[in-house]
Amino acid sequence: MKEYQTITEISGPLVFVETDEPVGYDEIVEIETGDGQTRRGQVLESASDYVAIQVFEGTEGIDRNASVRFLGETMKMPVTEDLLGRVMDGTGQPIDGGPEIVPDERQDIVGAAINPYSREYPEEFIQTGVSAIDGMNTLVRGQKLPIFSASGLPHNDLALQIARQASVPEEEEGDDEDGSEFAVIFGAMGITAEEANEFMDDFERTGALERSVVFMNLADDPAVERTITPRLALTTAEYLAFEKDYHVLVILTDMTNYCEALREIGAAREEVPGRRGYPGYMYTDLAQLYERAGRIEGREGSVTQIPILTMPGDDDTHPIPDLTGYITEGQIYIDRDLNSQGVQPPINVLPSLSRLMDDGIGEGLTRADHADVKDQIFAAYAEGEDLRDLVNIVGREALSDLDNKYLDFADRFEDEFVDQGFDENRDIDETLELGWDLLSMLPKDALNRIDEELIEEHYREEETAEVAAD
Amino acid sequence: MSQATESDVREDGIIESVSGPVVTARDLDARMNDVVYVGSEGLMGEVIEIEGNITTIQVYEETSGVSPGEPVEGTGAPLSVDLGPGMLDAIYDGVQRPLDVLEEKMGSAYLDRGVDAPGIDLEKTWEFEPTVEAGDTVESGDIVGTVPETPSIDHKVMVPPDYEGGEVTSAESGNFTVEETVVELDNGEEIQMRQEWPVRSQRPAEEKETPTEPLISGQRVLDGLFPIAKGGTAAIPGPFGSGKTVTQHQLAKWADADIVVYVGCGERGNEMTEVIEDFPELEDPITGNALMDRTCLIANTSNMPVAARESCVYTGITIAEYFRDMGYDVALMADSTSRWAEAMREISSRLEEMPGEEGYPAYLSARLSEFYERAGYFQNINDTEGSVSVIGAVSPPGGDFSEPVTQNTLRIVKTFWALDADLAERRHFPSINWNESYSLYRDQLDPWFVENVRDDWPETRQWAIDTLDEEAELQEIVQLVGKDALPEDQQLTLEIARYLREAWLQQNAFHPTDTYCEPEKTYRIMDAIKTYNDAAFDALEAGVPVEEITDIDAAPRLNRIGVQEDYNEYIDDLEDDITSEIREMY
Repeated sequence: MKEYQTITEISGPLVFVETDEPVGYDEIVEIETGDGQTRRGQVLESASDYVAIQVFEGTEGIDRNASVRFLGETMKMPVTEDLLGRVMDGTGQPIDGGPEIVPDERQDIVGAAINPYSREYPEEFIQTGVSAIDGMNTLVRGQKLPIFSASGLPHNDLALQIARQASVPEEEEGDDEDGSEFAVIFGAMGITAEEANEFMDDFERTGALERSVVFMNLADDPAVERTITPRLALTTAEYLAFEKDYHVLVILTDMTNYCEALREIGAAREEVPGRRGYPGYMYTDLAQLYERAGRIEGREGSVTQIPILTMPGDDDTHPIPDLTGYITEGQIYIDRDLNSQGVQPPINVLPSLSRLMDDGIGEGLTRADHADVKDQIFAAYAEGEDLRDLVNIVGREALSDLDNKYLDFADRFEDEFVDQGFDENRDIDETLELGWDLLSMLPKDALNRIDEELIEEHYREEETAEVAAD
Repeated sequence: MSQATESDVREDGIIESVSGPVVTARDLDARMNDVVYVGSEGLMGEVIEIEGNITTIQVYEETSGVSPGEPVEGTGAPLSVDLGPGMLDAIYDGVQRPLDVLEEKMGSAYLDRGVDAPGIDLEKTWEFEPTVEAGDTVESGDIVGTVPETPSIDHKVMVPPDYEGGEVTSAESGNFTVEETVVELDNGEEIQMRQEWPVRSQRPAEEKETPTEPLISGQRVLDGLFPIAKGGTAAIPGPFGSGKTVTQHQLAKWADADIVVYVGCGERGNEMTEVIEDFPELEDPITGNALMDRTCLIANTSNMPVAARESCVYTGITIAEYFRDMGYDVALMADSTSRWAEAMREISSRLEEMPGEEGYPAYLSARLSEFYERAGYFQNINDTEGSVSVIGAVSPPGGDFSEPVTQNTLRIVKTFWALDADLAERRHFPSINWNESYSLYRDQLDPWFVENVRDDWPETRQWAIDTLDEEAELQEIVQLVGKDALPEDQQLTLEIARYLREAWLQQNAFHPTDTYCEPEKTYRIMDAIKTYNDAAFDALEAGVPVEEITDIDAAPRLNRIGVQEDYNEYIDDLEDDITSEIREMY
């Protein structure tokens, strides 16, 4: 391990060092400042006579006399099952005052890509207990399903609700205790101390902490550190899932802060910027995180990701949500209007989507009528939504009976189906029955997406009778 | 990928610097676009720039830990693919390394570095049957024998295009590996089942012809309204979640091509897995064999190295051209070309090239047109006819079609299937917007539909288009005043258009019957709605109120035709019921 005192330039989060021996790309570096502090960093560019280093903890206090040590290896995460229940900072150092972590293994944090041939297609339904997700945009094990939110919306409450309630129906039938267990990995990037407290309090209150691993990079922690926090979280997740057979749910919040950090580094390196100043490789970079979700053939565990991002200006064409949407398998939209109506959780199901849903639902997985009910609700709610604009102009009286029913349907859908509160846990049967309650407001022949036999089986005749009697 | 066989190994170089996928080397003796092996692990790369004695290389694998001073070894050959029996049923990464072999060699579910594997199995023997005998004269490109590669496809062994050809001195039948000589010529040329071709150059052909036959996709909105020709090009742009990938999968499953090359360029890993798991189980509607028997998959998921993403579309089209040379109709799906363009942008920016529009390199448009021009209906050099149809998905940022990749693509392709987020939101699938999409092949394909489906195909289709157009105009008024304020005939038009949308344009890809719709059925559904339309307007003229006409019991059954297997009988009954029910009103 060679030590240098040849720093030539310090700029933003970057340090340039002259070297006389080759240094590997991506290697880890330790920089010791004059007052004895040690900072860690990573090689961003390696040439034969100099290297560019990105310093995780910020370059404050580093001068040209600081000594630089190249550790000769890329960044590793010490992993062990004992990490469960622990709280770490954004670089993986424990901050909960607990015992030292004795690793079973040290794994490279830049995970290699999973061979698509070795993957197993995810089709096991995860019940989140949230009707708008379970019924309309079902989550399955091994999926990556982000929450598209914006400032001032309760995305954290929803994430916590999912973390609390997520279960797989077969588990509830018992005897799976020593089989695959459930674990939550929480990777926080640049969230405020208050938000962090909210998460930690909830974890402690519900006892979820003991099956969780927490990585905390707070808003006042160095921005560059944020680029490794999710990698540490995902490396831990992969270890627990694929070597220790856990079903791991990874919550990453807030991806927007992560992308800001990428942009900061790109700018410091004077790279040619892409859209809105974000680096051109942001797609590849995000893909390397999101694609670490999945299942592997022959392994018990799974990695399911719920990244949260706040869309700047509520704009889903902004590069961060846009690139995310192209990589992830759907998205859940948190809606400002629904939120101000007091709907909890304020999920707008129309633009939301779960791409893996169609294979994760149906007979033997959820219920035979699930797909048809979902399609019909989507169509009916979309119809009702459209009519709302019209009502504002012509008034309800000018509309036909059927149109009025669609409007009522849309209202009741929001008030009863979506709005369930952050503490209610509904199982899939409850959700679908509720769906039928609502669909039965509409006449039978308007249910053109549902198989006739299913209509006979589930349609509530009395509901229409009531409406007709009104 | 192809193994370097040339003896022309050149002098090694030394790594000068490393930055992500871009590595520069000093003193490397290599030509532009040569393949090189980088570092002590031998990571595969390609030369993309030469300046003085500094050579810039894009590396197809992760470069963590690679340091200056390590060696770079040239192969003296450009990036090539192995062509021969064994490509169907295979799944490759972007540089034609078989993923199943990689899994075995690496012993892990993760993609390790520095492992190479030939694109086709060099050990496996194939049953070769010559179609020439000693004394025959063959020219370059000629077919000299066949190999039953899969139950669906006979692989034709051809004289490589860069051979001169001559008189056959020996041609033996029997079982051979792909590297054994099967045919010898008098000028000393030896023909094996395997040949190599550099991915970035087009395989030669005699002539490009005007396509006149449709590529039937089994999707009503495509076959019915916006058909693509065999040898044609199409683009499917759409924002995320609008159903690009499902549409591409549907085409790969049901298109009536002989061979399908599916390029997953920057796709999701789970989606590729779905293809890998589904295709072997699905049945080819034409031959009844497994769909995988005619499919070659190239999977370069979004987290796999960016440089391999740049090359994967070339690997795909070269394989497609090779099958075209055998006289097959090949369909290539590239999902998504935007990821390919972004890979170009990423590498270009690492090279610090002057950026063009939105940071894309200035050569974006040239590369796109070069690629799409490799599609077409060809007279091959061996006098067979074959085609390569290219269907490229485009993922415009924010669904904005004015961005460079979409715009440059639209300047080249002749079929445009615009996916619409609004339609997707109301779960109208396939969410292809019928007002924005177009197909410039429509007129040149009409004769085929007239001859093979029905005489009045063009007229009936035009009626459908007119009705949908009229609906679009009326909808604007409805938005302002409501439906009931419209005159009765317009209300009726809206109702008919609704059936066109719901019963005809919508198609459920996940329903076992509805997922594939033959042209005859496409026609009959459209015609059934027209029957209702004609009867309804007659009744309206005779003074029957519009509510009564639209309220008939038989009409909603139109929506169920799609899922009927015995649709002919169902439609006959339905048409009778509709006309008699309406007849009774006046």
